[in-house]
Amino acid sequence: MEIPYTIKARPDTGLFNAKLGIWLFLASEVMLFGALFSSYILLRIGSVEWPHHVLDVPLATVNTAVLITSSITMVMSWASLMMKDFKKYRLYMGATILLGFGFLIIKYFEYTHHFHSGELPSYSTFFAIYFTMTGLHGLHVIGGMIVNSYFWGPGSKMWKTEPQRFTNRIEVAGLYWHFVDLVWIFLFPVLYLL
Amino acid sequence: MELTHAGDIKKHVRVYVTVFVALLALTVVTVSISYLNLTVVPAIIVALIIASIKGSLVASYFMHLISEKKLIFASLILTVVFFLALIFLPILSMSDRVH
Repeated sequence: MEIPYTIKARPDTGLFNAKLGIWLFLASEVMLFGALFSSYILLRIGSVEWPHHVLDVPLATVNTAVLITSSITMVMSWASLMMKDFKKYRLYMGATILLGFGFLIIKYFEYTHHFHSGELPSYSTFFAIYFTMTGLHGLHVIGGMIVNSYFWGPGSKMWKTEPQRFTNRIEVAGLYWHFVDLVWIFLFPVLYLL
Repeated sequence: MELTHAGDIKKHVRVYVTVFVALLALTVVTVSISYLNLTVVPAIIVALIIASIKGSLVASYFMHLISEKKLIFASLILTVVFFLALIFLPILSMSDRVH
């Protein structure tokens, strides 16, 4: 059975199905992270004192730059396919995956530093919400990297048979990846700077 | 996004690079401001304004919301309404607390 509207836009929505699908999924993700942001606000309002600049701001700033860079390489991988340049697609998608990996490595160093200092999630309300929010975000980065790696490797065979469908897949994977970047853009000031 | 001419995409690429530079610059700005030791409320307002600008840049250009179909906007407006309820209802529930 053929999956409908993978290339052509559905007449009533004006979109190919996966595009609407990913946006609805992202809407549900907004609510998931929204619930945690809401919890953060409640915990902070309810606390007597809240730590300021206890996390490694310079390291997290570098990590923010890493994730922003991965967002532009992701959009460039899609733009390369639009320009029918598969080699460049491979290059940009590879860079996106490596940058995602770099983000996780930096996060790993941050986490182990906290663990060695005894700052576990049970240490304080702040660390509880810090690990919950960044942990969930980190899982999203891992998920995106798995999908991106598939499209960099075995999944890219589709470019030869159905190039437009493959381009659409990369666009959808990109929408998810940019969302993960967008969440970090809010997590960074909320947890590290304020 | 519909398949457009390669020339159009090249114009898009220039926009992507501009957005990328703006995002990095705004990151530097927000980090610098956090070292100014502003009091809590102005610090939160400034940081959230900068984060919102960065977020809108990513959504508008990298996720090309700026040229997206109506149905996506409609579902996002609904999401924003529920998101605001999620954020503000619990805060309102605390407003009757005696301090």
